Amino acid sequence: MSASAVHSLWTTAAEPIDKIGAPDIEYGQLSPTLIVIGAAILGVLVEAFVPRRTRYHAQVFLSVVALAAAFAAVIALAAGGYATTKSGIVAMGAVAVDGPALFLQGTILLAGILGVFTFAERRLDPAAHGNRVDSFAAQAASVPGSDSEKAAVKAGFTTTEVFPLLLFAVGGMLIFPAANDLLTLFIALEVFSLPLYLLCAVARRKRLMSQEAAVKYFLLGAFASAFTLFGIALLYGYAGSVRYGTIARVVDGTVGEVTPALAGTMGNDALLLIGAAMVVMGLLFKVGAVPFHMWTPDVYQGAPTPVTGFMAAATKVAAFGALLRLLYVVLPGLRWDWRPVMWAVAIVTMLGGAIVAITQTDIKRLLAYSSIAHAGFILAGVIATTPDGVSSVLFYLGAYSFVTIGAFAVVTLVRDAGGEATHLSKWAGLGRRSPLVAAVFAVFLLAFAGIPLTSGFAGKFAVFKAAAEGGAGAIVVVGVISSAIAAFFYIRVIVLMFFSEPRPEGPTVAVPSPLTMTAIGVGVAVTLVLGVAPQYFLDLASQAGVFVR
Amino acid sequence: MENLIALLIAAPLLGAAVLLCGGRRLDAVGHWIGTVLAAASFVVGVVLFADMLGKDPENRAMHQFLFSWIPVGGFQADVAFQLDQLSMTFVLLITGVGSLIHVYSIGYMEHDERRRRFFGYLNLFLAAMLLLVLADNYLLLYVGWEGVGLASYLLIGFWQHKPSAATAAKKAFLVNRVGDVGLSIAIMLMFTTFGTFAFGPVLEATGEATEGKLTAIALMLLLAACGKSAQVPLQSWLGDAMEGPTPVSALIHAATMVTAGVYLIVRSADIFNAAPDAQLVTTVVGAVTLLFGAIVGCAKDDIKKALAGSTMSQIGYMVLAAGLGPIGYVFAIMHLVTHGFFKAGLFLGAGSVMHGMNDEVDMRKYGGLRKYMPITFITFGLGYLAIIGFPGLSGFFSKDKIIEAAFAKGGTEGWILGGVALLGAAITAFYMTRVMLMTFFGEERWRNQPSASPAEPDVEPAAEHHGAQGEPHPHESPKVMTVPMIVLAVGSVFAGAFFSIGDRFIHWLEPVTGHAHGNPPIGAAAVTASTVAVMVLGVGLAWLQYGRRPVPVVAPRGSLLTRAARRDLYQDDFNHVVLVRGGEHLTRSLVYVDHTLVDGVVNGTAAGMGGLSGRLRRIQNGYARSYAVSMFGGAAILIAATLLMRAV
Repeated sequence: MSASAVHSLWTTAAEPIDKIGAPDIEYGQLSPTLIVIGAAILGVLVEAFVPRRTRYHAQVFLSVVALAAAFAAVIALAAGGYATTKSGIVAMGAVAVDGPALFLQGTILLAGILGVFTFAERRLDPAAHGNRVDSFAAQAASVPGSDSEKAAVKAGFTTTEVFPLLLFAVGGMLIFPAANDLLTLFIALEVFSLPLYLLCAVARRKRLMSQEAAVKYFLLGAFASAFTLFGIALLYGYAGSVRYGTIARVVDGTVGEVTPALAGTMGNDALLLIGAAMVVMGLLFKVGAVPFHMWTPDVYQGAPTPVTGFMAAATKVAAFGALLRLLYVVLPGLRWDWRPVMWAVAIVTMLGGAIVAITQTDIKRLLAYSSIAHAGFILAGVIATTPDGVSSVLFYLGAYSFVTIGAFAVVTLVRDAGGEATHLSKWAGLGRRSPLVAAVFAVFLLAFAGIPLTSGFAGKFAVFKAAAEGGAGAIVVVGVISSAIAAFFYIRVIVLMFFSEPRPEGPTVAVPSPLTMTAIGVGVAVTLVLGVAPQYFLDLASQAGVFVR
Repeated sequence: MENLIALLIAAPLLGAAVLLCGGRRLDAVGHWIGTVLAAASFVVGVVLFADMLGKDPENRAMHQFLFSWIPVGGFQADVAFQLDQLSMTFVLLITGVGSLIHVYSIGYMEHDERRRRFFGYLNLFLAAMLLLVLADNYLLLYVGWEGVGLASYLLIGFWQHKPSAATAAKKAFLVNRVGDVGLSIAIMLMFTTFGTFAFGPVLEATGEATEGKLTAIALMLLLAACGKSAQVPLQSWLGDAMEGPTPVSALIHAATMVTAGVYLIVRSADIFNAAPDAQLVTTVVGAVTLLFGAIVGCAKDDIKKALAGSTMSQIGYMVLAAGLGPIGYVFAIMHLVTHGFFKAGLFLGAGSVMHGMNDEVDMRKYGGLRKYMPITFITFGLGYLAIIGFPGLSGFFSKDKIIEAAFAKGGTEGWILGGVALLGAAITAFYMTRVMLMTFFGEERWRNQPSASPAEPDVEPAAEHHGAQGEPHPHESPKVMTVPMIVLAVGSVFAGAFFSIGDRFIHWLEPVTGHAHGNPPIGAAAVTASTVAVMVLGVGLAWLQYGRRPVPVVAPRGSLLTRAARRDLYQDDFNHVVLVRGGEHLTRSLVYVDHTLVDGVVNGTAAGMGGLSGRLRRIQNGYARSYAVSMFGGAAILIAATLLMRAV
């Protein structure tokens, strides 16, 4: 909906509407998103019509095929030059197809595939009444502890709806970093947020905690969305358009024409600044930056662990992508206004995440605070406002998402009678009992800590280098200090696993199916490859680092 | 032809690898492998030498590029060799004397069950030393420099079961590290000053650097030379290094490795020429050391330690000459070569004596050995005559030239340096005559003496076959030991004259080091005359004390100076009090600071972070409403800050 469209509605209402031109849609360039959304709708139909026995297999098959096909489409587009020379704006100006969009979509799709693998894991929980079960509630609608819940468990129900939900979320995430106008941005935000709220609520064990997490996430998410929407309205008031390119031109002062209906507000810098701050705030909520991070630990802890892993990886990728596009395409003219503020946000995020993590005793909460600190590190690259800044953030996001999914997948393996044993004290001596699992987790922790020869080091080095070259030396200093603080609690877990006596009543390590093994294996492989030989991927990210305007 | 250069190093390196990795199955043939490969290297050296002689003197330098070692931007380190007249001289000395000492060691180490390893180390030493003199840049030279340090450490401590040998090896290694730091700093300075550390570019560019920088580089190089060549103040390790097997003392701690410092200075001639202050320091170091070593040599009763003092003193001469600049470089190297012959010969002679005397090293328990060991006596005697500068023998020519050059330095300095050099010549004659008289002449003091071996618990393995009981039975050594001694004796006699006739050596080295003729203020003939005069004086004084009167078996208390010299002029006491104690105090205070201040800050920070974390954690109370408030506050601050930025 452009400014001129609104105007003409007012003035031409009396005239007969003879024809409405069909919108021009570039199906090929939108194919990754269309495939995923289409598969999600198909998944809903599967839920409705396929017999319960075969639903699980149908859903897993459908999801993996759809995500793989979408990934293939992304690769085809990138190979066809849509990431560089042929990049452009499609779907009547609503969606951008360019390097960053395709890079992030590829990353999200891979994270989605690994996410499906961990969702589909059915060997960890002991079978209930002869039925293999996964991490999700037998029937999400039944009241925890009620008879209907028991009946559902006894009947061997499983919540196979999680797969279409995941596909919807992935679909929204694919649009989010590619959105080229504020309304598309908002719709994408809601499309991926709502399924995530639901997914958080469907844990099989500790259901009340899971539901509490979902409600909190939903409430705070709605609160943040309201801010975003209000910010969008203010920006529209300022620019007379929700189109990124148009707003950017108004900010630059290259568009002098004033829409009569908005004559009172257009060009009012207060609207611009307040609106921009509010939209940015909504995105900072999604990436989990301080002070909008409070939901993260509670939600990460309460949600089913496969969901946490998927959400932690993919949401961050999508939200940072959108933030990058907003700051680099819409608001570069305001750089001198938002940079100092983002500096402050990055600094408190890095320090806050790292410091509070020190005293955590639950592995999932620990990883949640770690993800907050990482959001701070990525923000340091975002602030650089250079092409290197963009490519370093892309690389970091790619590296980080695999580490995260892998780490949470390992968390699902360590179990005791009550399900996953997430309290840190139970991890003592894990290295003696299950050296392989502990070693794999140690690799992920070292990557989180940014130790050389892991992808974490390459990524951190890239963002800090970009930040330093972009003139943000102070951020780099704080970043390194936070890394040092963060190293403490990562290494502490390693020390706990390898140098403490195992507890007699300690947890057991379940042997997972090839699905989870694949997710963990891919995580380790990517972590090491990106750590040992990052250059190819850095080059790839830097080729993909140009936004279309 | 230049492709052969790498072969010089490759042969002994292969030997070291084979012998050290080959294991026990090579025990039977190991010494032959080592010796043949050392000799092969010598043969390659001779071939290259013949080739070099056929060329025009100005174009004799050869280069071989092997591979690029560390190519990083402006930092280019290559493995490349340079063989010019100076390197050639060293190659022939190292491989020639080295091969002879390999042969000698076959006999000397015959009864040592670790002989294969010994030859492996010797080959390793040869490879490292050749790398040192063949490198075409300072960084590669540094590799060789460290390599010879390692070989020296391994060989001094070869009988590591003796605590004294293990300690001596450690001491040598540590003292050498001080010098090595000097070399590494010099290389860094070169890189920052010239942007390279290859010989050619650095030495050509000396004109572009300030004198201050060049002086700094030269002084650091001098520090390195002091460490490796046992010059004051880093001389303390050489005496203890005599704990190693005698062939090692002859090869490494007399003929070759300890002269590496002289090589370094002469190789860096252009730097020193442009830094007169550093040259002055060099001459002072040389002069002090030549007296220091000579005085120590006078008081030692251990034959090897007396010779070690002498080595120190003779290298002092070389360093002095090298510090004199173009008038001295050639003579420094010439003395180095002749010294290589006669000092190696003297050490091998000493080894032969010990071999016949149940490894007794105390000269007071020798005496009258000339009858029992005629070949050793004659070869040792020729080496003796050479070192004291008896007219016509090697040492006469080379030492006389250095004394002349010292006088020719001119001014008060010239007189002082020349005077010291002359005095040193007198003392040399004194202590060497003392060694000669105490060992080969006089009463047979070893009769009715229990052998040293039973009294000392730490018996060298080589001694075990002698049936180390009762009085020794002096006997001549086997041919495999005497032949190398004879060859070296021939060199001691004729090398000096061969080099000097028609100024052969000067013409040979001049294209590399440059040469200026120095005129002593009192005339060359007068210097020569006084050199001979002080030599006769020194010999006479020694005869008065040790020839005419019987030598007491138990050392008399001696004068204050004698006692000081016996303790190496208190060098170890000085090092202990100043460096060791001082170091211990420094360490203790640093540990204290580390424990209280550093750990305090670190632990305090950690505790502070923990406390902060605990407090911040409480904000996370689990209530969605307070989370929302936090978000609202955050948004308000974000908006306010953005607006504020615009207002500012």
